[in-house]
Amino acid sequence: MNGNRHPLFMPLILVGGLIFGFGLAFSHMARPEVVLDFLQFDDFGLLFVMFGAAIVSGIAFAVMPRIRDGAPLTGDAYRRRLKAFDRNVLIGGAIFGVGWGLSGICPGAAYASLGIGNITILWALVGMFAGAYLQGVWRSKRTAAETAPAGAD
Amino acid sequence: MPAELVAQAVPAEPFPNGIARYAIGGLLVGLGAVVIYLGTGIAAGASTFLESTLSYVSDRSRFQQYRASRDWRVVFTLGIVLGAAVYAAVWQGGAWTTNVQPWRLLVGGVFVGIGTRIGKGCTSGHGVCGVGSASKTSIVGVITFLTVAIVTAQLVQAIGMSP
Repeated sequence: MNGNRHPLFMPLILVGGLIFGFGLAFSHMARPEVVLDFLQFDDFGLLFVMFGAAIVSGIAFAVMPRIRDGAPLTGDAYRRRLKAFDRNVLIGGAIFGVGWGLSGICPGAAYASLGIGNITILWALVGMFAGAYLQGVWRSKRTAAETAPAGAD
Repeated sequence: MPAELVAQAVPAEPFPNGIARYAIGGLLVGLGAVVIYLGTGIAAGASTFLESTLSYVSDRSRFQQYRASRDWRVVFTLGIVLGAAVYAAVWQGGAWTTNVQPWRLLVGGVFVGIGTRIGKGCTSGHGVCGVGSASKTSIVGVITFLTVAIVTAQLVQAIGMSP
């Protein structure tokens, strides 16, 4: 499928990532201390970051489906980002919350933190990959167990 | 003790560093997501990179389902690192490192890695793209992780753990 990809697909993803990461660094969200200041109610600035970003993306999500059928580089229809609700959203959200509250770090901000020269953040990145791997192994096993015929070994 | 907690909960100044850096930074974060969405129709989140990248080294079915998106997710993440590096070089005036203790980053990272993947998204996927989509699932997800994170961070502060 990569062979059919528009030549500007990857450059556009890179430019989007550049702006995204620059914004995270500019907003100081790449600094765990600033996130912890928010969670400990010392500085409510993070609200402007999250809702400011959500408003900008929300405008695009609301407007684009009305003015174009599909995206120029993929032909994919413009859709909102909707995910099915189930118990996992609450369980995973709570686990994420414990990690976020303990470390002040979330995935996008962690990548940006590396960019601002924060080598110490590698501890968090190693932890995130380890956590993602643990849940992936566990869920792969569970899926295999559910789809395997009953009574097999 | 409860009086102290209440005192902590009401800051003398809600925005001691002003709001410009947060508002401008947030608009740029949203703009980055919008640039990708306009061109490709993809509403990108940052946490799927953790799993999709593991598909290069693990054959587990859970990771292999992200094969199709793993290459662009690497590019997206490299863009985030580089964009932040541009800020550091031009505006920040050099490298910055955290004083938060490594064990907190490591243990917190493990929880973040497990939680965002089970919970179907993180602060960018649910918080920016999901909330921007007015997705009920994402709004519930954000309320959940925000509430638990605040309680956790307050407890950490209450037992005197700093930084």
